[in-house]
Amino acid sequence: MAAERAKADSQTETWNDPDAVPYIRIENVTKKFGDFVAVNNVSLDVYRGELFALLGGSGCGKTTLLRMLAGFEQPTTGKIYIDGVDMADIPPYERPTNMMFQSYALFPHMTVEQNVSFGLKQDRVPADEIKKRVGDILDMVQMRNFAHRKPHQLSGGQRQRVALARSLVKEPKLLLLDEPLGALDKKLREATQFEIMNIQDRLGITFMVVTHDQEEAMTLATRIGVMNHGQIVQVGTPKEIYEYPNTKFVADFIGSVNLFEGYIQEDEADHVLIASEEAGCPIYIDHGISAAPGAEVFVAIRPEKLELSKTSTGTGHNCTPGTVKGVAYMGNLSVYLVQLDSGKEVKISMSNQRRAAEHAIDWDDRVYVTWHANSPVALLS
Amino acid sequence: MAAETVDHSPLPLGRQIQHILVKLGFRPRTAVIFVPYFWLTLFFLVPFFFVLKISFAQTIIAQPPYTPLFGPDSVPTHELLDNFRRLFQDTIYFDAYLTSLQLAAISTVICLLIGYPMAYGIARCAPSTRSLLLMAIILPFWTSFLIRVYAWMGILNTNGVLNNFLLWLGVIDAPLNLLYTPLAMYIGVVYSYLPFMILPLYANLEKMDVSLLEAAADLGCRPIKAFFVITVPLSFPGIVAGSMLVFIPAVGEYVIPELLGGPNALMIGRVVWNEFAQNRDWPMASVVAIAVLALLVVPIMFFQYYQNKSQERAA
Repeated sequence: MAAERAKADSQTETWNDPDAVPYIRIENVTKKFGDFVAVNNVSLDVYRGELFALLGGSGCGKTTLLRMLAGFEQPTTGKIYIDGVDMADIPPYERPTNMMFQSYALFPHMTVEQNVSFGLKQDRVPADEIKKRVGDILDMVQMRNFAHRKPHQLSGGQRQRVALARSLVKEPKLLLLDEPLGALDKKLREATQFEIMNIQDRLGITFMVVTHDQEEAMTLATRIGVMNHGQIVQVGTPKEIYEYPNTKFVADFIGSVNLFEGYIQEDEADHVLIASEEAGCPIYIDHGISAAPGAEVFVAIRPEKLELSKTSTGTGHNCTPGTVKGVAYMGNLSVYLVQLDSGKEVKISMSNQRRAAEHAIDWDDRVYVTWHANSPVALLS
Repeated sequence: MAAETVDHSPLPLGRQIQHILVKLGFRPRTAVIFVPYFWLTLFFLVPFFFVLKISFAQTIIAQPPYTPLFGPDSVPTHELLDNFRRLFQDTIYFDAYLTSLQLAAISTVICLLIGYPMAYGIARCAPSTRSLLLMAIILPFWTSFLIRVYAWMGILNTNGVLNNFLLWLGVIDAPLNLLYTPLAMYIGVVYSYLPFMILPLYANLEKMDVSLLEAAADLGCRPIKAFFVITVPLSFPGIVAGSMLVFIPAVGEYVIPELLGGPNALMIGRVVWNEFAQNRDWPMASVVAIAVLALLVVPIMFFQYYQNKSQERAA
């Protein structure tokens, strides 16, 4: 299923189509609370049918951006367009958006059914149609049996599904989800992630998800916008963000990474050679980065892209000696902590394809850490 | 357990007392609950018992002015419920109850109508302004209740502040007769009890999750409608608490009708006072007082029931 989805995505990469008209256009939006700049000059285009994730730590401005889309906050400067309409003078109750709140914000004095039908009643939808649509959506989130319960009689996971149903029932053009799965345990979270993806496929609604959980963003999103200090630092598909982070911050924020400080020795069209005292050997990367020789760079290599062996490759680069300082067995993989001779500690993860203990590498062994020439990413900032 | 039955050596005195108390049903936990029960027994139940006893007695010219409550002479020579029968025979009592209930009910509604927007406004203020405004609500309590009611006499008098102000403005030609009217009474009651309405309402509204209103707006509900379908229903416990706190004392209010209401304002508080001080009919005064209590127990029970229910819901 994941493969199918990936294929579908590659066919519909609307963000790479120069003729595509963005569905949401955020133009130089800044939001200040007093002196504090919550969102700093953000511009972003999101296309119809996308499931876009805003990813960042707490206080990075992602929720503020979402709240501006919903209309609860007004941009200090800048413009927001949804489906070509300027949202500046449109109050929340007239916007074509619905939001699923982080706290769920279910009305405590109403039953599940009343909560879900609330939005439709505001639009004066006929009673029999309300009944049908509410029934359908409760079926979809598997909450029909709980229709007459009040929110306080539900578990966290059930409340979350009611909140999702309530935001979906109006079939908004744009669905905003604020940390939708934060309160759920791991199993339920995974199940709900797939549920959200199913709904998105079925209804074709454009989704905008705010999350601090990179795993959630990777699983759900067609594209991710990584935010830091009120700015979007990188926008890309989960794969792009993970494999080609554009800054040290993104590399560090998404997944686990080993960073080496160094400077450029050679920068050619087909390769770049970086001298790094921390790495203990020159780092050879098989593509150019067009930077001046001598420029300071950081080299990021993911733990799973490093390999351990007891013998040197003998190439003189991308191979550095060290001592194993720790082994963490995690079931599907083992993480090795290796102290390089430069003193730098690196993390290496290797999948446990065979049963444990068949890895011949253990604590205090002398090893060589090696990597392929296309694994490292050189970062200028 | 086995060791305990074998060991017959005497326990220290403290432990022995404790054992005896536990056997009698006194545990440390009971002791904690015992304090409020003791308090209520001593200062509510016992005096109430005396009042009840007096209500069955008969007026005599003596000190105190009723037949003895206890001892051989306490056997009533008249019919036991005689005093209570009088309560229903003389319409003055019924009328007084009715006017008192009316005053209390109307004042409660007015307090709610004035207090709700005030409480709502305070609850939506910035925290620093909030405490200042709450202070302003509580501030009048720093002055004696009696003095504040007297102040209203000064305001509402024919030569009072209000009349002079209106004359100066040219709104009226001759001073209005405000003092010693039902209007003055309502002003006094609403003014005096408004804080009791605002404070519980504020406590309730302040707790309300603002994201619920955002959710309502998000689902297409206009702010005014959201107020009536979200805020008001959720503040119902606050409305009930505030209304009870205004209604119950307003029913038995004595000072305000006495000072502002004029001689014709026949309120239950005044009837009790008249029976007690002027007619020196203590038994009848007790009967009237007990009837007020019975009348108020119903709303109090409702209040209790509702509060328990909302607490259960919160749990």
